[in-house]
Amino acid sequence: MRDGTRGAFRADLSRGIQEGAVGQTILEMRGIGKNFPGIKALEGIDFTMRTGEVHALIGENGAGKSTLVKILTGVHRPNSGTISLGGEKMEFHNPVDARKAGIAAIHQEASMFPDLTVTENIFSGHFRRGRAALLDWRSMRERASALLERVELDVSPDSLVRELSVAQRHLVGIARALSEDASIVIMDEPTSALSLRETEDLFKIIRALRAEGKAILFISHKFDEIFEIADYYTVLRDGAYVGEGKIRGETVDSIVHMMVGRDLSQLFPARDSKPGKEILSVEGFSRAGFYRDISFNLRQGEILGMFGLVGSGRTDVILSMLGLEPKDSGRVVLRGKEVRISGPRDALELGFAHVPEDRQSQGVILDMGIGDNITLPQVSSLSKASFLDRAAEREITRTYGTRMEIKAGGWGDEAKTLSGGNQQKVVLAKWLATKPSILILDEPTKGIDVGTKAAVHAFMAKLAAEGISIIMISSELPEILGMSDRILVMYEGRVAAVIDRKAADEATIMRAATGAATGADGRARK
Amino acid sequence: MKRILKRRETTLFLSLVALMLLVTLRSSTFLRPGNLNSILNDTCALLIVSLGQFLVILIGGIDLSVAATMAFTGMVTALINQYNPGIPAWLMLPIGAAIGAGLGSINGFLVAFGALPPMIATIATMSIYRGFVYVFSKGAWVLSRDMTPGYLALPSTPMLGLTSMVWITIGVILLAWVFMRYTSSGREVYAFGGNKTAALFAGVRERKVEMIVMTLSGILAGIVGVLWVARYGNAHSETAAEFHMQTVAACVLGGVSFVGGSGTVVGVVIGALFFGVINNALTVVHISPFFQMAIQGVVILVAIVSNTLIDRKTQMKLIARRKI
Repeated sequence: MRDGTRGAFRADLSRGIQEGAVGQTILEMRGIGKNFPGIKALEGIDFTMRTGEVHALIGENGAGKSTLVKILTGVHRPNSGTISLGGEKMEFHNPVDARKAGIAAIHQEASMFPDLTVTENIFSGHFRRGRAALLDWRSMRERASALLERVELDVSPDSLVRELSVAQRHLVGIARALSEDASIVIMDEPTSALSLRETEDLFKIIRALRAEGKAILFISHKFDEIFEIADYYTVLRDGAYVGEGKIRGETVDSIVHMMVGRDLSQLFPARDSKPGKEILSVEGFSRAGFYRDISFNLRQGEILGMFGLVGSGRTDVILSMLGLEPKDSGRVVLRGKEVRISGPRDALELGFAHVPEDRQSQGVILDMGIGDNITLPQVSSLSKASFLDRAAEREITRTYGTRMEIKAGGWGDEAKTLSGGNQQKVVLAKWLATKPSILILDEPTKGIDVGTKAAVHAFMAKLAAEGISIIMISSELPEILGMSDRILVMYEGRVAAVIDRKAADEATIMRAATGAATGADGRARK
Repeated sequence: MKRILKRRETTLFLSLVALMLLVTLRSSTFLRPGNLNSILNDTCALLIVSLGQFLVILIGGIDLSVAATMAFTGMVTALINQYNPGIPAWLMLPIGAAIGAGLGSINGFLVAFGALPPMIATIATMSIYRGFVYVFSKGAWVLSRDMTPGYLALPSTPMLGLTSMVWITIGVILLAWVFMRYTSSGREVYAFGGNKTAALFAGVRERKVEMIVMTLSGILAGIVGVLWVARYGNAHSETAAEFHMQTVAACVLGGVSFVGGSGTVVGVVIGALFFGVINNALTVVHISPFFQMAIQGVVILVAIVSNTLIDRKTQMKLIARRKI
């Protein structure tokens, strides 16, 4: 089923593909390896695509999907391995090379120019020129109209992309790929912001492209979609190739097993947790367009894992709880009393500490000293008559800086002189210094290497043992399973399941998080 | 010692010294105490207003209304002085500061509660404030003969060998230094400018910071408006025209980052002095007044570019040396 089927591809051509140019190998990536400083992102990846197929690239967050896509689109250059297009070896020095070779990526938002028109977006980077090298807008506009018709998008080529819905922007992206005459179209989570109907429309277009012999690389976390649209799959895990094959004949369980079935060499600290009484209760949180009817509670010394795919609303719920984002309804009860949290200051006073997901852009102030960063949340409560208490600040910095083992030349050095890992430690130190009773960690080990991960996990276990209650938002299943006392799974803005650690395994969680557990019911609610 | 050498202020200070030596080669009179004293007095206004501008740039904004604020407070206090010569002249300084605070807090209000970027807010108020100078004066000038001797002496009263203007400037520099270094508000300004999201997460209040910064900028411009009019002996609608651009240039020269969050009081002081030295040098080495403006621009450009390049190099060295 895995490697064994590789030879048998050509024999089985699926569903109504035109004769001729279909089923031929168009892309062959062999032994692709990519290193970033200190991290092996990819190693020995094989990836093959044929004309007229939809190929799902599957893997957990951090498995290496986006790195592989970036190599394919010329954003990164591989450290080893070869890329062949139509049998010819290629080397992409930059994204333009890849695009010229016929590889088009449809990114979610990043590559659109919201204030330019549809026509301008479609032709940006390969404008048509007429006489005297001036841009030939008339021909471009006509071509854009034709392309829009082809992707069944009923908007004027002169409308601004800003005015379009997310689904419509995707179609513009596809039109753009068609305008470049791409033979390989990459769609990275194209449905993450689409409704069921819009998704179906998109799939119709994808099928049409497949029928024309295009190869479509499809990345999605939603299994129902993968099973609906994809013909083949390749699974990556921890930057390595796991297997590939035909989707038909696989099940959600078999794919999930390939995705997460790691030899659990990654050890998590043994936790002898005895959560105390309920400390926090979140009741009936709703915000139109983001999440609905979210309720959960948290006990003293407990680690509550929050799992959900990108766009499931996990982070939104937490930001609303902390008063950083609005909410339509819902209340927060802390130690039996309802509290009002209208901003970070309230949250801070009530004993919440929030370590955001993107610690570098949301947590560290690069131009400020390490010590100044660490004491920032307390800077006004520490000062007397608005004059800083420098001695107290130094004391806090030393205590928590040492505790987090921040490697720095001196506490007064600017945070930007630290390595990324140490900057993360500064953010943790900053929040621990506030002596929180509830600590919220958003993706606590995202982007850090295995060794540091283990240290962060051990530290979390220790904090929980000290009686601090922790909400851990994470996209990494092993981390969720290894650290949580209970697991709250969200899917499309709703609580899909709350699972006790003892009853939890990868498949149960993954099914809940992809809507497979709620099935058609979960989707129909939208 | 190494630490001091690595700082941007040090390179800037050294280039200032180098510039002064260069000018001395061309003009023997440049380094005389009398000339240095006049550079100092000429630069005081720029120094003070630049410190206000510095705060605004620190949060990633820009205050284009400082020159108009100067004209406003200068005109109002000159008119008060003209029509009520009995009011003690020294009172004009707190009055100027209070008016400046009012104008600055209007800016602050627009930024904090109207959600306008400081540049947009102050483009509008720049015209409004200067427009009111016309209204108050009905287009007429207030000249030195209309002002009392006490008023005219406000910036030039000698005290312990220096003028009152210089002493006021020294006081403002010290206060600014203490504010930025030893108060929680100063720290919050740095934090907010350095990373808005992180600062908000840490409980820094956006509106408070914006109000403080814009108001302080207004206060400093307000005080200087009084001193400026008294020093030059006239108040009119074009008082200190385009002066705001000089304050911005002084900040940039002083190493204040335009994206916010980075810069020091010492840097701004040196930046303003640099400006003063260039202005003075162009005169003493007898450069034709027609060329002065253009040459001034070129010198500033060279100084900023070379400073930025040196700064970038030291940054890269620091990063290369950090422990991973």
